Amino acid sequence: MRSVNQKAWFFVLPVLVLVAFNALIPIMTVVNYSVQETFGNNQFFWHGLGWFQDILQSDRFRAALGRQVLFTVMVLAIQVPLGIVIALAMPRKGFWVPVCLVLMALPMLIPWNVVGAMWNIFTLPKIGMMGYFLNDVLGIRYDMTQDPVAAWVTIVVMDVWHWTSLVVLLCYAGLVSIPDAYYQAAKIDGASPWKVFRYIQLPKMKTVLTIAILLRFMDSFNVYTEPFVLTGGGPGNSTTLLSIDLVKIALGQFDLGPAAAMSLIYFAITLLVSWLFYTLMTKDDRR
Amino acid sequence: MAKITLSKLRHSYMARPQGPADYALKEIDHVWEDGGAYALLGPSGCGKSTLLNIISGLLVPSEGRILFNDRDVTELPPDKRNIAQVFQFPVIYDTMTVYDNLAFPLRNRGRDEATVKARVTAIAEMLELTPMLGMRAAHLSADNKQKISMGRGLVRQDVNVIMFDEPLTVIDPHLKWKLRSKLKELHHRVNATMIYVTHDQTEALTFADQVVVMDLGVIVQIGTPRELFERPAHTFVGHFIGSPGMNVLPCEVKGGAAFFRGVQVPLEGPIVKSGARTEIGVRPEFVSLGAGGIEARVRKVADLGRHGVVEAVAGETRISAIVHGPMPSPGETVRLDFRRDMTRLYADGWIATEAAGG
Repeated sequence: MRSVNQKAWFFVLPVLVLVAFNALIPIMTVVNYSVQETFGNNQFFWHGLGWFQDILQSDRFRAALGRQVLFTVMVLAIQVPLGIVIALAMPRKGFWVPVCLVLMALPMLIPWNVVGAMWNIFTLPKIGMMGYFLNDVLGIRYDMTQDPVAAWVTIVVMDVWHWTSLVVLLCYAGLVSIPDAYYQAAKIDGASPWKVFRYIQLPKMKTVLTIAILLRFMDSFNVYTEPFVLTGGGPGNSTTLLSIDLVKIALGQFDLGPAAAMSLIYFAITLLVSWLFYTLMTKDDRR
Repeated sequence: MAKITLSKLRHSYMARPQGPADYALKEIDHVWEDGGAYALLGPSGCGKSTLLNIISGLLVPSEGRILFNDRDVTELPPDKRNIAQVFQFPVIYDTMTVYDNLAFPLRNRGRDEATVKARVTAIAEMLELTPMLGMRAAHLSADNKQKISMGRGLVRQDVNVIMFDEPLTVIDPHLKWKLRSKLKELHHRVNATMIYVTHDQTEALTFADQVVVMDLGVIVQIGTPRELFERPAHTFVGHFIGSPGMNVLPCEVKGGAAFFRGVQVPLEGPIVKSGARTEIGVRPEFVSLGAGGIEARVRKVADLGRHGVVEAVAGETRISAIVHGPMPSPGETVRLDFRRDMTRLYADGWIATEAAGG
């Protein structure tokens, strides 16, 4: 028999402990809550899959999920094409490259609750620069504290402002890695600018673009801080996204069981969509 | 197909070049004849890629004109010049099949599918790509990718010139030979003007009918491989071509004769030029060990099987000789004899003797 050196396990141990404390144990706590009922006093009773059934059948959850999907779809539909266009328009060499990169990175460096507060002040109808300008200079009725449409426009525009840069920077990294010879060959082959984009730039950006979309999907689907600070989920429930609703149930109403079940469903949806998307996008590479 | 005339070309990458040192290309006048196979040979940074990009239209020269036949194309972009270029690294369109890759230049020019099919099939046959036509190009090996790049150049029948910019750099050594002979064969079949840029003398000499040697932005010599080997016009050509390169011996010229360390060295013919720096040039192939000639001490000996290379020193000067037969041993003193009709004088680097009787 060949003896196997088992020492390697010791080197894996720190990571194992870390993952256990920041992921496995919290998730198992949530799983634990999701199948039990409590009336306080640290007394728990078995409730089976009851909370899951309740959540999946509740109109409140479906409405929040619908708003969440709408938000993510809108954000992706704007940020991805816009990010690609900006990345294509950015200079590849020279003085303006670092200037553009820093300008692009700036919004991402601002803390999330500050972004929410900034846009709140910026868009308030009477005192905000944008709110004042729209209402009193252009005469367009705009009040994100009263009008659901205005509130939606504001949270989407805010997210575009905050996160398009991520798509831009990742696409730009993909673009600058294309050797000059590709562009020269395309010129000689008589390719139009659209064909250069379709057959050279887009394929070379595919990997980074996949990652960009994946990150943007996960972040926008789980978004909490900025819309919460900006609108608090209102007016009414009109901008109450899944995460905002979840916090209301868990920390507002202290319904730990339903909140835990909802978290797990929420987590499962995020995981499933990410996995499906990644598998489909990388299908060709594994052939 | 076309004759390509380069007229008084100069190029500098600087906005305001001050002196000759600022020019990557210094005054080039040359005609590439229609249907010729040319190699552009020179060390890295000699300006050969600059020259190539000027011909293809990727660069506009600072001064001078380029004519295709009699049409001035100096200002035209690459797609208007009807040329093809194969780059150092294979350029393929990853998402397309091999067939679509080859068809791309034709489809971009609006050729109908029947013509496209006929041309692609013919070119694929020529390059032995037929079994791969339906495959995604991204999954092929480097040499097949490079063949696709070549195929895209060859697929248009009306190209004025096909240019190769060190196309075998990324190819495995054992496949290099195959692709090189394939290229030569292709030249005979398609009969287009081809310009092959390389810093590898073997590639240049096997591919081309005419080799253009460049150094420091100027054309040093144009000739057949044989001419370059036997009668280098400049000591640079002598160095650069041949392995080992030509021996260059500093010498003194007195009364129409050349003297190396006080010994007269007989030259091929009369001296026609003089210069501040005079040197004798003779290839190792034409140096033999004998009873007469220059005394030198053997420093290194290498037996290469078919022949041996002897490296000797006379004073400060290194002289190599290619020896068939018994080899001397290091440390020994030998006498080196130069074949007279292959011994030439160079003045300031340029050839300064004429062959006797011609």
